[in-house]
Amino acid sequence: MPKITLTVNNETVTKDVEARTLLVELVREGLGLTGTHIGCDTSQCGACVVHVNGAPVKSCTMLAVQADGTEVTTVEGVSPKSGLNPLQQAFNEHHGLQCGFCTPGMVMTATALLKANPDPTEAEVRHGLEGNLCRCTGYQNIVDAVMAAAKTMRS
Amino acid sequence: MDDFSYQKPKNLSDAVAAFGDAEDGTFLAGGQTILPVMKLGLAAPSAMIDLSGIDDLQSISVTDAAVSIGAMVTHNAVAASKDVANAIPALSFLAGNIGDPQVRMRGTLGGSIANNDPAADYPAAVLALGATITTDKRQIAADDFFTGMFDTALEDGEIITSVEFPVPDAAGYAKFANPASRFALAGVFVARSLVEAGGDTVRVAVTGAGPCTFRIAEMEAALAEDFSAAALDGITVASDDLNTDMHASAEYRRHLIGVMAKRAVDTANGDKQ
Repeated sequence: MPKITLTVNNETVTKDVEARTLLVELVREGLGLTGTHIGCDTSQCGACVVHVNGAPVKSCTMLAVQADGTEVTTVEGVSPKSGLNPLQQAFNEHHGLQCGFCTPGMVMTATALLKANPDPTEAEVRHGLEGNLCRCTGYQNIVDAVMAAAKTMRS
Repeated sequence: MDDFSYQKPKNLSDAVAAFGDAEDGTFLAGGQTILPVMKLGLAAPSAMIDLSGIDDLQSISVTDAAVSIGAMVTHNAVAASKDVANAIPALSFLAGNIGDPQVRMRGTLGGSIANNDPAADYPAAVLALGATITTDKRQIAADDFFTGMFDTALEDGEIITSVEFPVPDAAGYAKFANPASRFALAGVFVARSLVEAGGDTVRVAVTGAGPCTFRIAEMEAALAEDFSAAALDGITVASDDLNTDMHASAEYRRHLIGVMAKRAVDTANGDKQ
Protein backbone atom coordinates (compact mmCIF):
# COMPACT_ATOMS: atom_id res chain seq x y z
CA MET A 1 0.00 0.00 0.00
CA PRO A 2 1.53 3.34 -1.02
CA LYS A 3 2.69 5.62 1.79
CA ILE A 4 2.24 9.31 1.10
CA THR A 5 3.35 12.44 2.88
CA LEU A 6 1.70 15.75 2.21
CA THR A 7 0.87 18.99 3.92
CA VAL A 8 -2.79 19.56 4.70
CA ASN A 9 -3.71 23.00 6.01
CA ASN A 10 -0.08 23.53 7.01
CA GLU A 11 0.21 20.27 8.95
CA THR A 12 2.35 17.42 7.69
CA VAL A 13 0.41 14.20 7.22
CA THR A 14 1.78 10.74 6.48
CA LYS A 15 -0.72 8.04 5.52
CA ASP A 16 -0.88 4.59 3.98
CA VAL A 17 -3.49 4.71 1.25
CA GLU A 18 -4.73 2.34 -1.42
CA ALA A 19 -3.74 3.54 -4.88
CA ARG A 20 -7.43 3.89 -5.72
CA THR A 21 -8.15 6.20 -2.78
CA LEU A 22 -9.42 9.52 -4.04
CA LEU A 23 -8.05 12.71 -2.57
CA VAL A 24 -11.53 13.62 -1.34
CA GLU A 25 -11.76 10.27 0.49
CA LEU A 26 -8.43 10.92 2.17
CA VAL A 27 -9.52 14.41 3.19
CA ARG A 28 -12.94 13.43 4.53
CA GLU A 29 -12.52 9.88 5.82
CA GLY A 30 -8.79 9.72 6.44
CA LEU A 31 -8.39 13.15 8.01
CA GLY A 32 -11.93 13.93 9.15
CA LEU A 33 -12.03 17.23 7.27
CA THR A 34 -15.68 17.04 6.28
CA GLY A 35 -16.00 20.65 5.15
CA THR A 36 -15.05 19.35 1.72
CA HIS A 37 -18.19 17.81 0.25
CA ILE A 38 -18.86 15.02 -2.22
CA GLY A 39 -21.70 16.06 -4.49
CA CYS A 40 -21.83 14.43 -7.89
CA ASP A 41 -18.66 12.33 -7.61
CA THR A 42 -18.35 12.76 -11.40
CA SER A 43 -16.18 15.88 -11.61
CA GLN A 44 -19.01 18.22 -12.47
CA CYS A 45 -20.39 19.92 -9.37
CA GLY A 46 -17.29 21.31 -7.67
CA ALA A 47 -18.46 20.70 -4.09
CA CYS A 48 -15.16 18.86 -3.48
CA VAL A 49 -12.80 21.62 -4.59
CA VAL A 50 -9.58 21.90 -2.59
CA HIS A 51 -6.30 23.60 -3.46
CA VAL A 52 -3.29 21.49 -4.41
CA ASN A 53 -0.15 23.62 -4.45
CA GLY A 54 -2.48 26.60 -4.69
CA ALA A 55 -4.46 25.33 -7.68
CA PRO A 56 -8.17 24.64 -7.27
CA VAL A 57 -8.89 21.01 -8.20
CA LYS A 58 -11.81 18.63 -7.92
CA SER A 59 -10.63 16.26 -5.24
CA CYS A 60 -13.03 13.54 -6.42
CA THR A 61 -11.02 13.40 -9.66
CA MET A 62 -7.54 13.13 -8.24
CA LEU A 63 -5.93 10.19 -6.51
CA ALA A 64 -4.57 10.67 -3.03
CA VAL A 65 -1.24 9.26 -4.26
CA GLN A 66 -1.11 12.07 -6.82
CA ALA A 67 -1.10 14.52 -3.92
CA ASP A 68 2.04 12.95 -2.43
CA GLY A 69 4.51 15.74 -1.68
CA THR A 70 2.03 18.54 -2.31
CA GLU A 71 0.47 21.22 -0.14
CA VAL A 72 -3.27 20.75 0.16
CA THR A 73 -5.62 23.39 1.51
CA THR A 74 -9.25 22.63 2.36
CA VAL A 75 -12.02 24.98 3.36
CA GLU A 76 -11.01 24.46 6.98
CA GLY A 77 -7.61 25.87 6.05
CA VAL A 78 -8.95 29.17 4.76
CA SER A 79 -11.35 29.71 7.67
CA PRO A 80 -10.39 31.66 10.77
CA LYS A 81 -10.56 29.83 14.14
CA SER A 82 -13.72 31.73 14.89
CA GLY A 83 -15.94 33.83 12.68
CA LEU A 84 -15.67 34.10 8.92
CA ASN A 85 -13.04 35.34 6.47
CA PRO A 86 -14.01 38.28 4.22
CA LEU A 87 -15.14 36.02 1.38
CA GLN A 88 -17.24 33.83 3.66
CA GLN A 89 -18.67 36.96 5.26
CA ALA A 90 -19.65 38.23 1.82
CA PHE A 91 -21.49 34.96 1.07
CA ASN A 92 -23.38 35.50 4.33
CA GLU A 93 -24.23 39.12 3.65
CA HIS A 94 -25.25 38.65 0.02
CA HIS A 95 -27.25 35.48 0.59
CA GLY A 96 -24.80 33.50 -1.54
CA LEU A 97 -26.19 30.24 -0.25
CA GLN A 98 -29.37 28.55 0.77
CA CYS A 99 -28.73 24.89 1.61
CA GLY A 100 -24.98 25.51 1.74
CA PHE A 101 -23.92 22.21 0.20
CA CYS A 102 -21.98 23.82 -2.65
CA THR A 103 -20.55 26.61 -0.50
CA PRO A 104 -17.19 25.07 0.50
CA GLY A 105 -16.38 24.42 -3.17
CA MET A 106 -17.59 27.89 -4.14
CA VAL A 107 -15.42 29.45 -1.45
CA MET A 108 -12.34 27.48 -2.45
CA THR A 109 -12.79 28.25 -6.14
CA ALA A 110 -13.48 31.93 -5.47
CA THR A 111 -10.50 32.14 -3.12
CA ALA A 112 -8.19 30.95 -5.89
CA LEU A 113 -9.92 33.18 -8.42
CA LEU A 114 -9.44 36.31 -6.31
CA LYS A 115 -5.84 35.43 -5.59
CA ALA A 116 -5.11 35.20 -9.33
CA ASN A 117 -7.31 38.16 -10.21
CA PRO A 118 -8.02 40.52 -7.29
CA ASP A 119 -10.19 42.86 -9.37
CA PRO A 120 -12.31 40.64 -11.63
CA THR A 121 -15.18 41.71 -13.84
CA GLU A 122 -18.54 40.04 -13.31
CA ALA A 123 -17.97 38.07 -16.54
CA GLU A 124 -14.62 36.83 -15.21
CA VAL A 125 -16.26 35.72 -11.96
CA ARG A 126 -18.94 33.83 -13.85
CA HIS A 127 -16.33 32.19 -16.11
CA GLY A 128 -14.28 31.32 -13.04
CA LEU A 129 -17.23 29.64 -11.31
CA GLU A 130 -18.23 27.50 -14.28
CA GLY A 131 -17.00 24.37 -12.55
CA ASN A 132 -19.18 24.85 -9.48
CA LEU A 133 -22.87 24.04 -9.48
CA CYS A 134 -25.43 25.53 -7.11
CA ARG A 135 -28.97 24.24 -7.24
CA CYS A 136 -30.47 26.90 -4.94
CA THR A 137 -29.41 30.43 -5.67
CA GLY A 138 -29.34 30.86 -9.42
CA TYR A 139 -25.75 32.12 -9.00
CA GLN A 140 -26.59 35.85 -8.96
CA ASN A 141 -26.04 36.19 -5.22
CA ILE A 142 -22.89 34.09 -5.36
CA VAL A 143 -21.47 36.37 -8.03
CA ASP A 144 -22.52 39.39 -5.97
CA ALA A 145 -20.76 37.92 -2.94
CA VAL A 146 -17.51 37.30 -4.83
CA MET A 147 -17.56 40.80 -6.34
CA ALA A 148 -18.21 42.33 -2.92
CA ALA A 149 -15.46 40.25 -1.33
CA ALA A 150 -13.04 41.34 -4.03
CA LYS A 151 -13.77 44.95 -3.19
CA THR A 152 -13.37 44.35 0.54
CA MET A 153 -10.15 42.40 0.11
CA ARG A 154 -8.63 45.09 -2.13
CA SER A 155 -9.27 47.85 0.39
CA MET B 1 -13.27 1.35 -8.42
CA ASP B 2 -10.98 -1.65 -8.35
CA ASP B 3 -7.56 -1.17 -6.87
CA PHE B 4 -4.46 -1.06 -9.06
CA SER B 5 -0.74 -0.59 -8.71
CA TYR B 6 0.56 2.96 -9.01
CA GLN B 7 3.91 4.09 -10.31
CA LYS B 8 5.36 7.50 -11.03
CA PRO B 9 8.46 7.05 -13.19
CA LYS B 10 10.96 9.89 -13.59
CA ASN B 11 11.78 9.31 -17.25
CA LEU B 12 10.25 7.96 -20.45
CA SER B 13 12.18 4.73 -20.58
CA ASP B 14 11.06 3.77 -17.09
CA ALA B 15 7.47 4.60 -18.05
CA VAL B 16 7.66 2.43 -21.14
CA ALA B 17 9.20 -0.38 -19.09
CA ALA B 18 6.48 -0.11 -16.45
CA PHE B 19 3.82 -0.32 -19.14
CA GLY B 20 5.50 -3.39 -20.60
CA ASP B 21 5.63 -5.08 -17.20
CA ALA B 22 1.97 -4.43 -16.45
CA GLU B 23 -0.70 -6.95 -17.31
CA ASP B 24 -3.18 -4.23 -18.23
CA GLY B 25 -1.50 -0.89 -17.68
CA THR B 26 -2.65 2.58 -18.54
CA PHE B 27 -0.88 5.90 -18.51
CA LEU B 28 -2.18 8.59 -16.20
CA ALA B 29 -1.86 12.15 -17.49
CA GLY B 30 -4.23 14.69 -15.91
CA GLY B 31 -6.74 12.01 -14.99
CA GLN B 32 -9.77 14.14 -15.84
CA THR B 33 -11.22 11.44 -18.10
CA ILE B 34 -9.67 8.17 -16.99
CA LEU B 35 -10.54 8.59 -13.30
CA PRO B 36 -14.26 9.30 -13.93
CA VAL B 37 -14.30 6.42 -16.42
CA MET B 38 -12.78 4.09 -13.81
CA LYS B 39 -15.26 5.25 -11.17
CA LEU B 40 -18.06 4.29 -13.55
CA GLY B 41 -16.51 0.85 -13.91
CA LEU B 42 -15.89 1.35 -17.63
CA ALA B 43 -12.15 0.81 -17.21
CA ALA B 44 -10.24 -1.21 -14.63
CA PRO B 45 -6.52 -1.11 -15.35
CA SER B 46 -4.22 -3.29 -13.26
CA ALA B 47 -1.57 -0.59 -13.20
CA MET B 48 -1.54 3.18 -13.53
CA ILE B 49 1.66 4.79 -14.68
CA ASP B 50 1.61 8.47 -13.74
CA LEU B 51 3.50 10.59 -16.27
CA SER B 52 3.58 13.71 -14.11
CA GLY B 53 7.04 12.91 -12.75
CA ILE B 54 8.71 13.20 -16.16
CA ASP B 55 10.12 16.72 -16.44
CA ASP B 56 10.74 16.41 -20.20
CA LEU B 57 6.98 16.49 -20.84
CA GLN B 58 6.34 19.75 -19.00
CA SER B 59 7.75 22.53 -21.14
CA ILE B 60 6.37 25.14 -23.53
CA SER B 61 8.67 26.67 -26.13
CA VAL B 62 7.69 29.34 -28.61
CA THR B 63 9.58 30.57 -31.68
CA ASP B 64 8.45 32.74 -34.59
CA ALA B 65 7.63 29.60 -36.52
CA ALA B 66 6.09 27.23 -33.98
CA VAL B 67 4.64 26.67 -30.55
CA SER B 68 5.78 23.43 -28.98
CA ILE B 69 3.92 22.18 -25.94
CA GLY B 70 4.90 19.23 -23.79
CA ALA B 71 2.34 16.47 -23.44
CA MET B 72 1.90 16.97 -19.69
CA VAL B 73 1.39 20.74 -19.85
CA THR B 74 -2.00 21.57 -18.36
CA HIS B 75 -4.69 23.51 -20.16
CA ASN B 76 -4.34 26.20 -17.52
CA ALA B 77 -0.62 26.55 -18.20
CA VAL B 78 -1.25 26.90 -21.93
CA ALA B 79 -3.97 29.48 -21.33
CA ALA B 80 -1.74 31.39 -18.91
CA SER B 81 1.28 31.48 -21.23
CA LYS B 82 1.78 34.96 -22.65
CA ASP B 83 4.12 33.53 -25.29
CA VAL B 84 1.40 31.17 -26.54
CA ALA B 85 -1.18 33.99 -26.46
CA ASN B 86 1.08 36.20 -28.55
CA ALA B 87 1.95 33.51 -31.08
CA ILE B 88 -1.43 31.77 -31.52
CA PRO B 89 -4.18 33.65 -29.67
CA ALA B 90 -6.81 31.18 -30.85
CA LEU B 91 -4.93 28.29 -29.20
CA SER B 92 -4.68 30.23 -25.96
CA PHE B 93 -8.40 31.02 -26.11
CA LEU B 94 -9.22 27.37 -26.77
CA ALA B 95 -7.16 26.15 -23.82
CA GLY B 96 -8.75 28.72 -21.50
CA ASN B 97 -12.22 27.48 -22.35
CA ILE B 98 -11.78 23.73 -21.98
CA GLY B 99 -14.11 22.31 -19.35
CA ASP B 100 -13.93 24.43 -16.21
CA PRO B 101 -11.14 26.01 -14.15
CA GLN B 102 -10.54 22.94 -12.01
CA VAL B 103 -10.37 20.61 -14.99
CA ARG B 104 -7.92 22.99 -16.66
CA MET B 105 -5.63 22.79 -13.62
CA ARG B 106 -5.24 19.02 -14.08
CA GLY B 107 -6.09 18.16 -17.68
CA THR B 108 -3.23 18.00 -20.18
CA LEU B 109 -2.71 18.42 -23.92
CA GLY B 110 -1.29 14.92 -24.32
CA GLY B 111 -4.07 13.34 -22.30
CA SER B 112 -6.71 15.13 -24.31
CA ILE B 113 -5.51 14.14 -27.74
CA ALA B 114 -4.56 10.59 -26.71
CA ASN B 115 -8.13 10.15 -25.47
CA ASN B 116 -9.57 11.82 -28.60
CA ASP B 117 -13.00 12.44 -27.15
CA PRO B 118 -15.31 13.39 -30.04
CA ALA B 119 -16.20 16.63 -28.23
CA ALA B 120 -12.78 17.61 -26.90
CA ASP B 121 -11.43 21.00 -27.99
CA TYR B 122 -7.76 20.30 -28.65
CA PRO B 123 -8.19 17.89 -31.58
CA ALA B 124 -9.71 20.71 -33.66
CA ALA B 125 -6.69 22.93 -33.02
CA VAL B 126 -4.20 20.15 -33.70
CA LEU B 127 -5.90 19.28 -36.99
CA ALA B 128 -6.59 22.82 -38.22
CA LEU B 129 -3.10 24.08 -37.42
CA GLY B 130 -1.52 21.03 -39.03
CA ALA B 131 0.38 20.21 -35.87
CA THR B 132 2.92 17.44 -35.50
CA ILE B 133 2.62 14.99 -32.63
CA THR B 134 5.90 13.67 -31.29
CA THR B 135 5.93 10.42 -29.34
CA ASP B 136 8.66 8.35 -27.72
CA LYS B 137 8.92 6.51 -31.04
CA ARG B 138 8.15 8.85 -33.94
CA GLN B 139 6.46 11.94 -35.31
CA ILE B 140 2.86 11.79 -36.50
CA ALA B 141 1.13 14.40 -38.67
CA ALA B 142 -2.22 15.63 -37.35
CA ASP B 143 -3.94 14.39 -40.50
CA ASP B 144 -2.82 10.85 -39.65
CA PHE B 145 -3.31 11.00 -35.89
CA PHE B 146 -7.06 11.14 -35.24
CA THR B 147 -8.42 7.88 -36.61
CA GLY B 148 -11.89 7.57 -35.10
CA MET B 149 -14.03 7.93 -31.99
CA PHE B 150 -11.69 7.65 -28.98
CA ASP B 151 -9.14 6.23 -31.39
CA THR B 152 -5.75 7.49 -32.55
CA ALA B 153 -2.71 6.30 -34.47
CA LEU B 154 -0.92 5.69 -31.15
CA GLU B 155 0.27 2.15 -30.65
CA ASP B 156 -0.20 0.30 -27.39
CA GLY B 157 2.22 1.77 -24.88
CA GLU B 158 3.30 4.67 -27.10
CA ILE B 159 3.67 7.96 -25.21
CA ILE B 160 3.06 11.42 -26.63
CA THR B 161 5.93 13.68 -25.62
CA SER B 162 5.01 17.00 -27.27
CA VAL B 163 2.91 18.66 -29.93
CA GLU B 164 4.32 21.28 -32.30
CA PHE B 165 1.86 23.81 -33.70
CA PRO B 166 3.09 25.88 -36.68
CA VAL B 167 2.30 29.55 -36.09
CA PRO B 168 -0.43 30.53 -38.57
CA ASP B 169 -0.95 33.87 -40.22
CA ALA B 170 -4.40 34.00 -38.66
CA ALA B 171 -6.58 31.62 -36.67
CA GLY B 172 -9.82 31.56 -34.75
CA TYR B 173 -11.79 29.06 -32.67
CA ALA B 174 -15.46 29.19 -31.84
CA LYS B 175 -17.47 26.59 -29.98
CA PHE B 176 -21.01 26.16 -28.89
CA ALA B 177 -20.48 24.56 -25.52
CA ASN B 178 -22.78 22.19 -23.73
CA PRO B 179 -23.75 24.45 -20.82
CA ALA B 180 -23.22 21.69 -18.25
CA SER B 181 -20.01 19.99 -19.35
CA ARG B 182 -18.52 22.76 -21.54
CA PHE B 183 -17.71 20.08 -24.09
CA ALA B 184 -18.29 21.28 -27.65
CA LEU B 185 -21.68 20.54 -29.18
CA ALA B 186 -19.86 21.90 -32.18
CA GLY B 187 -16.55 23.71 -32.31
CA VAL B 188 -14.71 24.96 -35.38
CA PHE B 189 -11.06 25.93 -35.60
CA VAL B 190 -10.02 27.90 -38.69
CA ALA B 191 -6.38 28.59 -39.53
CA ARG B 192 -4.79 30.40 -42.45
CA SER B 193 -1.11 30.02 -43.29
CA LEU B 194 0.81 32.01 -45.84
CA VAL B 195 2.82 29.58 -47.91
CA GLU B 196 5.99 30.38 -49.77
CA ALA B 197 4.54 29.79 -53.22
CA GLY B 198 2.07 32.57 -52.60
CA GLY B 199 -1.58 32.38 -51.76
CA ASP B 200 -3.18 31.06 -48.62
CA THR B 201 -3.61 27.64 -47.23
CA VAL B 202 -6.67 27.44 -45.06
CA ARG B 203 -7.60 24.54 -42.83
CA VAL B 204 -10.97 24.17 -41.13
CA ALA B 205 -11.43 21.50 -38.45
CA VAL B 206 -14.59 20.59 -36.58
CA THR B 207 -14.96 18.96 -33.18
CA GLY B 208 -17.99 17.90 -31.17
CA ALA B 209 -20.25 17.33 -34.15
CA GLY B 210 -19.07 14.00 -35.50
CA PRO B 211 -17.47 10.83 -34.15
CA CYS B 212 -14.01 12.34 -34.60
CA THR B 213 -12.55 15.70 -35.56
CA PHE B 214 -12.70 16.29 -39.31
CA ARG B 215 -11.87 18.90 -41.96
CA ILE B 216 -14.28 20.57 -44.37
CA ALA B 217 -12.63 20.83 -47.81
CA GLU B 218 -15.35 23.00 -49.31
CA MET B 219 -15.00 25.62 -46.59
CA GLU B 220 -11.21 25.53 -46.91
CA ALA B 221 -11.40 26.16 -50.65
CA ALA B 222 -13.87 29.02 -50.25
CA LEU B 223 -11.81 30.66 -47.52
CA ALA B 224 -8.63 30.29 -49.56
CA GLU B 225 -10.33 32.42 -52.23
CA ASP B 226 -11.85 34.91 -49.82
CA PHE B 227 -11.00 34.74 -46.12
CA SER B 228 -14.24 36.19 -44.83
CA ALA B 229 -17.29 34.84 -43.05
CA ALA B 230 -19.39 35.76 -46.08
CA ALA B 231 -17.38 33.31 -48.17
CA LEU B 232 -19.01 30.51 -46.17
CA ASP B 233 -22.56 31.49 -47.13
CA GLY B 234 -24.41 28.54 -48.55
CA ILE B 235 -21.78 25.94 -47.64
CA THR B 236 -23.30 23.16 -45.58
CA VAL B 237 -22.10 19.85 -44.27
CA ALA B 238 -24.21 16.73 -44.70
CA SER B 239 -25.74 15.74 -41.38
CA ASP B 240 -25.63 12.01 -42.21
CA ASP B 241 -22.40 11.38 -40.35
CA LEU B 242 -22.97 13.81 -37.47
CA ASN B 243 -23.89 12.86 -33.92
CA THR B 244 -27.38 12.75 -32.52
CA ASP B 245 -27.62 12.39 -28.76
CA MET B 246 -29.57 13.74 -25.78
CA HIS B 247 -27.89 17.11 -26.17
CA ALA B 248 -28.49 17.88 -29.85
CA SER B 249 -29.62 16.37 -33.12
CA ALA B 250 -27.35 15.90 -36.12
CA GLU B 251 -29.35 18.54 -37.95
CA TYR B 252 -28.79 21.04 -35.14
CA ARG B 253 -25.09 20.29 -35.10
CA ARG B 254 -24.94 20.71 -38.89
CA HIS B 255 -26.36 24.19 -38.46
CA LEU B 256 -23.99 24.99 -35.60
CA ILE B 257 -20.96 24.10 -37.71
CA GLY B 258 -21.85 26.85 -40.19
CA VAL B 259 -22.42 29.42 -37.47
CA MET B 260 -19.27 28.51 -35.52
CA ALA B 261 -17.15 28.50 -38.69
CA LYS B 262 -18.22 32.06 -39.46
CA ARG B 263 -17.50 33.19 -35.92
CA ALA B 264 -14.08 31.55 -36.06
CA VAL B 265 -13.26 33.38 -39.30
CA ASP B 266 -14.41 36.68 -37.81
CA THR B 267 -12.16 36.03 -34.83
CA ALA B 268 -9.24 35.18 -37.07
CA ASN B 269 -9.82 38.47 -38.87
CA GLY B 270 -9.39 40.33 -35.64
CA ASP B 271 -12.94 40.72 -34.43
CA LYS B 272 -13.48 40.45 -30.71
CA GLN B 273 -13.30 36.88 -29.44
